[in-house]
Amino acid sequence: MHPFSYVRERSVDDAMRAHAGDPAAAYLAGGTELINWLKEGIALPSRLVDINRLPLAQIEVTPSGLRIGALARMSDVAAHPAVRAGYPALAEALERSASPQLRNMASMGGNLLQRTRCPYFRAESELPCNKRRPGSGCAARYGLNRSHAIFGWSEACVATHPSDAAVALCALEAQVRIAGRGGERAIPIGDFYRLPGDTPQRETVLEHGELIVAIDLPATARARRSWYHKVRERASYEFALVSAAVALELADARIQEARIALGGVAAVPWRLTAAERAIAGAPLERGPLMAVLATAFAEARPLAHNAFKIELAKRTLVQALEIAGAMR
Amino acid sequence: MTRAPGPGEPSPAPVEATLRVNGVAHRLHLDPRTTLLDALRERLGSMGTKKGCDRGECGACTVHVNGRRINACMTLAVMHDGDEIDTVEGLARGKDLHAVQRAFIEHDAFQCGYCTPGQIMSAVACIRECHAGSRDEIREWMSGNLCRCGAYANIVAAVEAAAGAEAANASV
Ligand SMILES: Cc1cc2nc3c(=O)[nH]c(=O)nc-3n(C[C@H](O)[C@H](O)[C@H](O)COP(=O)(O)OP(=O)(O)OC[C@H]3O[C@@H](n4cnc5c(N)ncnc54)[C@H](O)[C@@H]3O)c2cc1C
Ligand code: SF4
Ligand code: FES
Ligand code: FES
Repeated sequence: MHPFSYVRERSVDDAMRAHAGDPAAAYLAGGTELINWLKEGIALPSRLVDINRLPLAQIEVTPSGLRIGALARMSDVAAHPAVRAGYPALAEALERSASPQLRNMASMGGNLLQRTRCPYFRAESELPCNKRRPGSGCAARYGLNRSHAIFGWSEACVATHPSDAAVALCALEAQVRIAGRGGERAIPIGDFYRLPGDTPQRETVLEHGELIVAIDLPATARARRSWYHKVRERASYEFALVSAAVALELADARIQEARIALGGVAAVPWRLTAAERAIAGAPLERGPLMAVLATAFAEARPLAHNAFKIELAKRTLVQALEIAGAMR
Repeated sequence: MTRAPGPGEPSPAPVEATLRVNGVAHRLHLDPRTTLLDALRERLGSMGTKKGCDRGECGACTVHVNGRRINACMTLAVMHDGDEIDTVEGLARGKDLHAVQRAFIEHDAFQCGYCTPGQIMSAVACIRECHAGSRDEIREWMSGNLCRCGAYANIVAAVEAAAGAEAANASV
């Protein structure tokens, strides 16, 4: 492992100061991603700034909804009564992620910043990968790309984002609160991630040294009727092949308002805004839903090995809508 | 990972940390790169906690930190200054095995035994979290522990029995 120095800070200001002095510094939260990258040589920081003792682990009900501190652990967020009652899609997404041990370690901020599970990116001996070494090429573009993107990819990178929680947070219209040199700002999670374009190594709008401090969730009727449906290749402890997060408002067994995001299909949680509009007024029945959603997938561009994801994502989405629709 | 630094890799300054393992405090000077798993095994000679994948994927390294189960391979030892760390060596009281250890023996819940310390530490936490109410629930909440020998059926039976025994004791 590449050598690094280690400092532990106790306040947001001290952590940002300790980070600012070093262009190769990295924040350390649960470590379940960063330590993996250190072992594989994917990240080579010179200094780790341990943020685990910053006062950012709270989960609090606010007048407008819920604020989840960036250091709240996945297990604590999933178990929190306000999350289970008000944002079931998030509780479900978190409980279907990783393992109980990892969820006890992993923080919400770190979860949003995890990187693709593309096997070329994670290879033990380096392979062409523009995320890992910009300009080296993309081994997946014409390689094995069964698990890769069908939306929004570029010739430079066809990877997907692996976070389950980010997909649920997208349908729940969350905002990411970021502390930087100029103070704090809040960004809708839909604008937080970047499509690959020519710079797939830049995955979010976060600047070097900026710290995620919290995730804000608005309280809505839709959020209470929300669900996350994850499809994977084993029953548990596996990343999503595809997933769908939905939040619904119903009137007379018909969908009145919907928010829809897909996982496992793009480098960002893939919000289906056109489908959200098209689906308004539709009855909660499989046939009509499938018909309405057909056009939503017209812009999908499958790769050599993943055309199956189009039909799978459509069915996964319909199932998520059915489950959310049947919630009391 | 605790290999000697390669050429051009100066050894980073050691960091002092106190690990409280099974109730005993150990003051250590650690290379910050040392994982908690390697500190337990290589610095403290505590070999009960196993290394399977070293990547968070198998659960062989499961220990409890401040009462919660975690993977010791995915965390740095220096992050745990002052934390209470419990390993499989700390479960028995003298010659009295922990109820979960007894259940694993009674249900023949292992073959080679390599995954067993991690399974047992995970099971103790799983029962304490109240995630052992049914076989399905046990399978889901023990899914972070893989068994290369495929002893799963007996592991689930052992966890179910230990959870049942604990519930019976609690209701007395
Ligand atoms: C075997 C395995 C299976 C997994 N399965 C799943 C799964 O099914 N679904 C899923 O969603 N995830 C899964 N994960 C990923 C897991 O959820 C992430 O590793 C975890 O959420 C990362 O959080 P952390 O606190 O450990 O981050 P760290 O490893 O500490 O940090 C990750 C990155 O985020 C940065 N960072 C952390 N916190 C902040 C902050 N507050 N502000 C700015 N930067 C920050 C760090 O500098 C680093 O770059 C799995 C992981 C493993 C190892
Ligand atoms: S898909 Fe992206 S992450 Fe995978 S090899 Fe290509 S550039 Fe790298
Ligand atoms: S050795 Fe830690 S999870 Fe496999
Ligand atoms: S008993 Fe051999 S790995 Fe589980």
